[in-house]
Amino acid sequence: MEIDVLKKVPVAEQDPQIRATNFDEVNLGYTKDEAVLEASRCLTCKNARCVEGCPVSINIPGFISKLKEGDVEGAYEVISLSSSLPAVCGRVCPQETQCEAKCVRGIKGEAVSIGRLERFVADTAKDMGIKPRLPEGLVKKGKKVAVIGAGPSGLTCAGDLAKLGYDVTIFEALHKAGGVLVYGIPEFRLPKDKVVAKEIENVKSLGVKIVTDAVIGRALTIDDLFEKEGFSAVFIGSGAGLPRFMNIPGEQSLGVFSANEYLTRSNLMGAFSPDSRTPIMRAKKAVIVGGGNVAMDAARTAKRLGAEVHVVYRRSEAELPARAEEVHHAKEEGIIFDLLTNPVEIIADENGWVTGCKCIRMELGEPDASGRRSPVPVEGSEFIIECDAVIMSLGTSPNPLIKTTTAGLETNKRGGIIVNESEMTTRDGVFAGGDAVTGAATVILAMGAGKSAAKGIDEYLSKN
Amino acid sequence: MFEIVSKTKLADKVWRMDVVAPLVAGKAMPGQFLIIRVDKDGERIPLTVCDFDREKGIVTIVFQTVGAETERMSRVEVGECFADVVGPLGRPSDLCDLPIEELKKKKILFIAGGVGTAPVYNQLQWLHENGVDVDCIQGARTKDLLILEDEMRAVTSNLYFATDDGSYGIHGNVCVALQQLWDEGKHYDHCVVIGPVIMMKFACQLTKKLGIHTIISMNTIMVDGTGMCGACRLLVGGEVKFACVDGPEFDGHEVDFDQAMQRSRLYKTQEGELMLRLTEGDTHSGNCGVCS
Ligand SMILES: Cc1cc2nc3c(=O)[nH]c(=O)nc-3n(C[C@H](O)[C@H](O)[C@H](O)COP(=O)(O)OP(=O)(O)OC[C@H]3O[C@@H](n4cnc5c(N)ncnc54)[C@H](O)[C@@H]3O)c2cc1C
Ligand SMILES: Cc1cc2nc3c(=O)[nH]c(=O)nc-3n(C[C@H](O)[C@H](O)[C@H](O)COP(=O)(O)OP(=O)(O)OC[C@H]3O[C@@H](n4cnc5c(N)ncnc54)[C@H](O)[C@@H]3O)c2cc1C
Ligand code: SF4
Ligand code: FES
Repeated sequence: MEIDVLKKVPVAEQDPQIRATNFDEVNLGYTKDEAVLEASRCLTCKNARCVEGCPVSINIPGFISKLKEGDVEGAYEVISLSSSLPAVCGRVCPQETQCEAKCVRGIKGEAVSIGRLERFVADTAKDMGIKPRLPEGLVKKGKKVAVIGAGPSGLTCAGDLAKLGYDVTIFEALHKAGGVLVYGIPEFRLPKDKVVAKEIENVKSLGVKIVTDAVIGRALTIDDLFEKEGFSAVFIGSGAGLPRFMNIPGEQSLGVFSANEYLTRSNLMGAFSPDSRTPIMRAKKAVIVGGGNVAMDAARTAKRLGAEVHVVYRRSEAELPARAEEVHHAKEEGIIFDLLTNPVEIIADENGWVTGCKCIRMELGEPDASGRRSPVPVEGSEFIIECDAVIMSLGTSPNPLIKTTTAGLETNKRGGIIVNESEMTTRDGVFAGGDAVTGAATVILAMGAGKSAAKGIDEYLSKN
Repeated sequence: MFEIVSKTKLADKVWRMDVVAPLVAGKAMPGQFLIIRVDKDGERIPLTVCDFDREKGIVTIVFQTVGAETERMSRVEVGECFADVVGPLGRPSDLCDLPIEELKKKKILFIAGGVGTAPVYNQLQWLHENGVDVDCIQGARTKDLLILEDEMRAVTSNLYFATDDGSYGIHGNVCVALQQLWDEGKHYDHCVVIGPVIMMKFACQLTKKLGIHTIISMNTIMVDGTGMCGACRLLVGGEVKFACVDGPEFDGHEVDFDQAMQRSRLYKTQEGELMLRLTEGDTHSGNCGVCS
């Protein structure tokens, strides 16, 4: 195969016209030949800058070198030293602002496609039946650890603790484990049976017990876990699930949803399928408010359910916080971006059903504290986008349930749980990580926090 | 698994079930609810916890079949299991927070309508066990639809009935009954109303006029029940609240009932089609246009 070393080896994708009507995965992944070819673009730098860009410092040149030799198993082992969810992260990490942003190949040409290679290694290892295993001759510690929440942070923390010999139980509020990976990110980006379910099976195969339908703070408190259930340490990985609304007039109208509701119905409850018993609104024309990954997922879901979709975002294209690939895919699928635009009111008919979204044009003003130029409304520029659904994707914050039911557990003013360098909270023996600590962030950071907390818990329990 | 250990038909379309759910039974308090999924493809159905046995790990639910999922629930038999039961969810009733001595000083009235009787029963029982005596009006369209009469009698000394058609107790709805009691000189300073939204709305209008502090329980549409989706939002005192975490009980004089009723119609068409598919099989697809 001929290649242009300055460019990434292209990856097969479903045709945009066709995929806009189905929920199958968009990106079809590299074949082995393509992966080895792409790997050959890596210069195996001594001081690899890509590694600095990776929040969990995966030895990227290390795994790519193995791949160059066609040694997928070896490559998988290298990645596994730092990450427990490579099949997920290879699909959903914002590589363009992390590892790939730093890759030297990117100075003159395109960075090495580290994400696609990671995904190839993880998927192939799965197909080969390679799984995480308990270390040989592992001595059980005889201590129980409780993990709250079966999202990326909780699953990772639980898996690592099991490998250290702890008896681990995950308590999950929903009827299915996976956190945002099952209720938020859609099938067309992250297949549930092929990828997420396998990750969960892997964690279980290490001996971790998962109790679903268990809301900590209600069914059991953290104090109960210590006093009644005999746990010696607790990890809180409860995420940032609380949706925000805009508090503009008309937001209670029929047809206004949080992205969380819309995506949960579609993903967790399977409402995208016509056979589902959980209803979902199939809008004709939908306005999605926001510009992050959540907004892109809501937009592309609405599109697939038959709507004409407008993404309304108050800043400009350069500030869109979503992964570049998602924005690119959304545009290919025919989603319309109304940038520098902000909703001011939702208009409804006499029965309360949404008929339009009144917006105002924005312009970029002076840079704010974060260095981003903050948008200011252009007076008198209001106009109405006719629509029958408005989906609010304005970000989420941590759920206060655990904080309010746990004495001595302190949070910052945004609701994030406060932790020290070993991820221990202000309560002795209680650790936390992921979105519950940082507020809405990324899978890789949540995974990394889970790993670091497992280490912290092991140190804590070795002393106590 | 969540096994059904007993099942009784209380009235037309109204069922009572005892279900094994130790995590819920262990912590449930009056006013809280749980969520059930009948089977692995089921919708998440919120239902009030009507009774609980902490030792045996059993909870009691009372439900009315109104749509496809509750219809499916009614077809599950003793010895079979629900796929999921999660709870307790929501905040316990405010009454449970007050010191018993203070409760004893209050003149409290409960108003129960339809299946709303079940959650009222749970609160009455709790108060009865704590030695607090309260009055209660139980309403229904007609005598045959009154449920849990014996249970209710056992936990409250002053139980009044009101039927729309006059077939039992006071002739008229619960508002007529309340006005009648008030005119007879029975004055209350705290009222709890649980039942159909329309009944709660009118009862609140009356208690506001009479100056009685009133608490109601909202049956909004829900998905997760933990504050994650916002499907259950409603306006209380002009502010957006989530019924599943801020409620389900709210100050009845602050709730925007009209909007809540509007919001409950959101999925009516789709739910109606599902019900037809379940009860009439797949022959009714809604595509031929004969029925529309
Ligand atoms: C729609 C959407 C798209 C996203 N896209 C991307 C992307 O492309 N790339 C990326 O890197 N990140 C993305 N993110 C962000 C990423 O998914 C999160 O940062 C990550 O999942 C956080 O992991 P976590 O383990 O902290 O929490 P979560 O994944 O939120 O999991 C928390 C779990 O805890 C459970 N829980 C909560 N409270 C309790 C309780 N009291 N008791 C028991 N269980 C409880 C919840 O039900 C949930 O299952 C996206 C998020 C969303 C919503
Ligand atoms: C906190 C809470 C506690 C509840 N407690 C009880 C209880 O103890 N016993 C009981 O019988 N029901 C209770 N409900 C109502 C119950 O959840 C609904 O009746 C049920 O979800 C309907 O499901 P379905 O699929 O059978 O009907 P659907 O097909 O979903 O609906 C059928 C019809 O009922 C209407 N409807 C839908 N949801 C509701 C609702 N939440 N309330 C009123 N009408 C609705 C729809 O508009 C539709 O016309 C409670 C609801 C909440 C939120
Ligand atoms: S910076 Fe780029 S070229 Fe260098 S090791 Fe990392 S991936 Fe390879
Ligand atoms: S039911 Fe989802 S937030 Fe209340």
